[in-house]
Amino acid sequence: MLGADAMAKCLEEEGVEAVFGYPGVAICPFFNSMLGNNIERILVRTEQNAAHAANGYARVSGKVGVCVATSGPGATNLITGIATAYADSIPLVCITGQVDSSLLGSDVFQEADITGAVESFVKYSYLIKKVEDIPRIFKEAFYIASTGRKGPVLIDVPIDIQNAVLKNFSYPEEVNLRTYKPTVKGHAVQIKKVFDALKKAKKPIICAGGGVILSNAKSELREFSHKNGIPVVSTLMGIGAMPTRDPLYYGMVGNNGKSYANKAMNDSDLLIMIGARVADRAIAQPDLVTENTILVHIDVDPAEIGKNVGPTIPLVGDIKSIFDDFKKEELNSDYSEWIETLNKYREAEKPRRKPDEKYVDPAVFITKLSEKMEEEGIYVADVGQNQMWSCGYHIVKNGMFLTSGGMGTMGYSIPAAIGARRAAKDRQIIAVCGDGSFQMSMMELATMMQHGLFIKIVVFHNGYLGLVREYQYNTYKANYSVVDLSGSPDFCKLGEAYGIKCVRVSDMQGIDEKIDEFISYDGPMLMELMIDPMDRVK
Amino acid sequence: MNRKVFQLIADNTSGVLSRIAGLFSRRGYNIESITAGVTTDPNYSRITIVTTGDNDILEQIEKQVAKLVDVESIVELNPGDSVFRELIMIKVKADAAQRVEISTVVDIFRASIVDVTVDSLIIELIGDQPKIEAFLAMLESYDILETARTGIAGLSRGTESIVKL
Repeated sequence: MLGADAMAKCLEEEGVEAVFGYPGVAICPFFNSMLGNNIERILVRTEQNAAHAANGYARVSGKVGVCVATSGPGATNLITGIATAYADSIPLVCITGQVDSSLLGSDVFQEADITGAVESFVKYSYLIKKVEDIPRIFKEAFYIASTGRKGPVLIDVPIDIQNAVLKNFSYPEEVNLRTYKPTVKGHAVQIKKVFDALKKAKKPIICAGGGVILSNAKSELREFSHKNGIPVVSTLMGIGAMPTRDPLYYGMVGNNGKSYANKAMNDSDLLIMIGARVADRAIAQPDLVTENTILVHIDVDPAEIGKNVGPTIPLVGDIKSIFDDFKKEELNSDYSEWIETLNKYREAEKPRRKPDEKYVDPAVFITKLSEKMEEEGIYVADVGQNQMWSCGYHIVKNGMFLTSGGMGTMGYSIPAAIGARRAAKDRQIIAVCGDGSFQMSMMELATMMQHGLFIKIVVFHNGYLGLVREYQYNTYKANYSVVDLSGSPDFCKLGEAYGIKCVRVSDMQGIDEKIDEFISYDGPMLMELMIDPMDRVK
Repeated sequence: MNRKVFQLIADNTSGVLSRIAGLFSRRGYNIESITAGVTTDPNYSRITIVTTGDNDILEQIEKQVAKLVDVESIVELNPGDSVFRELIMIKVKADAAQRVEISTVVDIFRASIVDVTVDSLIIELIGDQPKIEAFLAMLESYDILETARTGIAGLSRGTESIVKL
């Protein structure tokens, strides 16, 4: 058995169904060995999107996503995708080929110090130096990526190691990492403190972050909130933790969130942050939050607790496990007065938008589209004005809302949706992007067609990099610089060139029928929506 | 700004020091000194870092370092309960007359002269930082050509060790 055969065998042992990648000489032994198994090899059109596709796959399947690239430029192209996964704590194993170990450090053709380059965007990285280490390192990589605070792990494998003979292959049953032991169970004393605080509180609120979804604790959160009548708001990454129309859900917080959600958080006397980082987009002035509020911060990563705001009650552990412990506690408090106040806040929210009727209104469109989506539908939002509209007006039922939250990587939606499709062959999946973000990933239409990973794509066309244009409108008195997207292709013709059915919609006339047709069409389809070029999110 | 000495036990594998130093540089933490060496168990390294920052920063440093996959544990070495030592080598310009004067100071500080030429000396001193600063102050009136300092190493007093190896 060669090192490359061992790598392929390790992936089989881990139950990997598919890898997203792009070959090159330095990773050729691995791809050759992959011919001997049933793991699907999906060829993306640029390496960054291999990481995004693995990211979408991981988020939908709950398993580790795997992406593969060659040495040098192949590996460096992965970095943005790795950083995107790191910022959102998505478990990936990224495998890169490397030049011959005897040539390492001599700047030969297609050599890049990838373990050094990704250091600040990975949970851990390996450069394999002995063929015998392959099984142990793969086992550890999958374990590290998927435990504790999840994240990407990179394995760099020189070509001579891939070609070296490995006499005995045995995949370790378990890992033996002396220095890595993430906390799973929440501390009983801290849990008791949380309940003591809840008993005293009159106005408690839960702020759910992406960690709730990552630890697969959505149903636990919903159960806890309903059993005890505690209202919930969410961060951007926490969208979907509660169904949008749940009576106890009060929307997304933050500078792009609902004003009643922010008001609810500011007025609360007990704020329970769960799996949320208290990051700058969600909470502008963290110090102000804790002025009159007891802050409970629950996270699997102890370093997140107290990073941006000092909590009154820190609680470290896996969120699902903590909710299981919460179930054992009884709480007979009545917060109905507080709920009534919050309902008044919500009712008082007035529509802020005055759309131009000559165009499609993205806000109304997104609500209609997501309402018409099936119960378990997956909505993948890109980055830009479209993301702000998506998180503001999208209705989640029991499905998922995926987006690049921490890094805000444009071009995320299409490759992530393709990866999501590989994980969920029967679910409805729609990628929603702008004409800027679409053009960052439109090469992946070929990946979708080649591998039959069909998705629906919505493109909001305003001819601008809208969110930057909006920023320039507000900050530079509408002096626009480098935001005009003239020169873009005819998106419908482009889609048709790939064999994708397309429709262009210029206004709201007959929009319901058009959405119905788009959703029910059996196959890949692109919908281009002409929106007001000067429209702003707020 | 507070000053703290952290001691950590990390896996003795390649790249550990670079991961720790990289963490400090990208998060903007200060390193006053860092020393590393293998422990009695060759699987582990003992690393001593002297750093400064306000209390929030120092807490973050401890948590972020603890989070590194290679790091087994990190503790603060409290000055009251710990012994610190640093080694300094000082090259001083000295003629025959100065040599005698300097050697008196060297004796008082229990330092030693480890190299002599016609017009220079190299002095070696091991001590905690106040002692080294005091010694340097005594030599101020001479022409110091070069100094080399190791950064501090430390251990906590008593039978307790920060990690059972």
